[in-house]
Amino acid sequence: MTTALHERTAGPARAAGARRTGRRRRRGRPVALFLAPFLIPFAAFYLAPIGYTLYQSLFRMHRSGLGLTAPTQVFVGLANYATALGDADFRGSLLRVLLIGLVQVPLMLLFALGLALLLDAKSTLFKRVFRLAFFLPYALPGVVGAIMWSYLVAPGLSPITTAAHHLGLHLNLTSDAMLAPTIGNMLTWGWTGYNMLIIYSALQAIPAELSEAATMDGCSAWGIAWRIKVPLVRPALVLTTVFSIIGTAQLYNEPAILHNVAPNLSSTYTPIYAAYDAVNADNFNAAATESVILALLAFVLSFGFLKLVQRKGAAL
Amino acid sequence: MTRSNQLSRYLVLAVLLLASVYFLAPVWWLLVSSTKTNTDLFTGNGFWFAKFALFGNVHQVFVQQGGIYWQWLANSALYAVGGAAVSTLIAALAGYALAKYSFRGREFTFNSVLAAVLVPQPLLAVPLYLMFSGVHLVNTYWAVLLPSMVSPFGVYLARIYAGASVPDELLEAGRIDGAGEFRIFATIALRIMSPALVTIFLFQFVAIWTNYLLPVLMLANDHLQPVTVGIVGWQAQRGIGPTAVPFNIVITAAAISAVPLVILFLSLQRFWRSGLVAGSSK
Repeated sequence: MTTALHERTAGPARAAGARRTGRRRRRGRPVALFLAPFLIPFAAFYLAPIGYTLYQSLFRMHRSGLGLTAPTQVFVGLANYATALGDADFRGSLLRVLLIGLVQVPLMLLFALGLALLLDAKSTLFKRVFRLAFFLPYALPGVVGAIMWSYLVAPGLSPITTAAHHLGLHLNLTSDAMLAPTIGNMLTWGWTGYNMLIIYSALQAIPAELSEAATMDGCSAWGIAWRIKVPLVRPALVLTTVFSIIGTAQLYNEPAILHNVAPNLSSTYTPIYAAYDAVNADNFNAAATESVILALLAFVLSFGFLKLVQRKGAAL
Repeated sequence: MTRSNQLSRYLVLAVLLLASVYFLAPVWWLLVSSTKTNTDLFTGNGFWFAKFALFGNVHQVFVQQGGIYWQWLANSALYAVGGAAVSTLIAALAGYALAKYSFRGREFTFNSVLAAVLVPQPLLAVPLYLMFSGVHLVNTYWAVLLPSMVSPFGVYLARIYAGASVPDELLEAGRIDGAGEFRIFATIALRIMSPALVTIFLFQFVAIWTNYLLPVLMLANDHLQPVTVGIVGWQAQRGIGPTAVPFNIVITAAAISAVPLVILFLSLQRFWRSGLVAGSSK
């Protein structure tokens, strides 16, 4: 690590060259000492796992026919990638997450934006109470929310299907066709408030004079929202979209916990779930490969989205 | 106020009320259900009380499986307090250094930290498990504590805050008075940065308390597990068989495990809001 210090402010007080180098050397060491407590565990628990995953994805364990000798590790190049991408279950899990993301993320963010705009409107009543109510799901641990929803949709226990039954509807929220909407709902319930708060904070930073001037010019509340407020909170919308894409890519808790009331949910439902399944089957190389593919996909999607909005922003 | 204004005001109120029902009704169901007996869960109105059995349920949660729930709560507290305290301290040191000293590789270091904020955490859990099983750390407290001590988001927040609020003149004055760099950090910078430190601690505490994938991979021994892993283990028994944990006990256990976090959120609202705002101003 390099810690050569450059003086930030050159003042007459430190004109003497000899004193300056002495000070520089004295202050070079503290930078290393300040950074090391973070950088060492950061390298061990962030960078090393990433490197290790890449490394593992290029190897495969070879067991001899009888399994009498210890398995040996052989370099197989990109063969694991071909296997993973050739696996219909894994491809299905990627596609499923992609579809859930394509539908759920825009719906959730529109919902969050709408709520934030309503809360930001001047005449809205009970803002504090509503803000707290919308944010409460985020304050619950994700696992608790998932257990709660698993029971809320479980056949036999679900008050929702019971209510539908009274209306003459036969609803099964854990049937194969309903699994994706059920998970989408769990995510929307858990994360709308969080996204709303980020957008709301950005709305609050808009100077009040802007909307006042627009009102004077005869602009309606809707017009102000769409023409002034939404364009101004664009950075917050971009940020929440990127976070949501990454969040959807790592979907695991909700399906894993839902599985306990819906055995029809397969153990390769999402890519992380599939990778975890591969770990349980002692196939570490497959787990590593699937993790790399998922990371690349999440990176390409979030980065691609950023590039897309940047280009659009430049054209405007 | 005009009539149409009045009307739109009530319309907005109605929409917000409807949204509140969506967000609050499931939590209400959880609270109501934790007061019910197991048989009452399956009959009657799910959103209203039946025979009040809350105290019996709570008692049952804490004696179930030899009283292991106490252990789970203590483990969660250990992981969350220990991990958050250490990560806050080292994030403060690193963030301060990144903001207040200029040195070669500074931008590179900071950009790596920023990139790490965007790495999905669950992706790290599987390779960490493999690495830790190689050095026999799996099934120990360290398996969860060590990775919890690193918070790239904390470093980001500490740098932003230190850069904006710790004046260079104050540090320079300390140096002229002959104070060492660490003394300046500990006596001047740390005090000014304290609101940001509370935010970093809070976010990391919540992240560790709610983490599920890492501890479920690392800890097969249920006496080391945090409360999240423990109650999902109970839920996975599906209430089937004479020894299985009944649904109402799982629900009560889940509700109890959320109490510390809800208290933390409500009492420290100012701090989590500042963390979210910092996150969105990137």
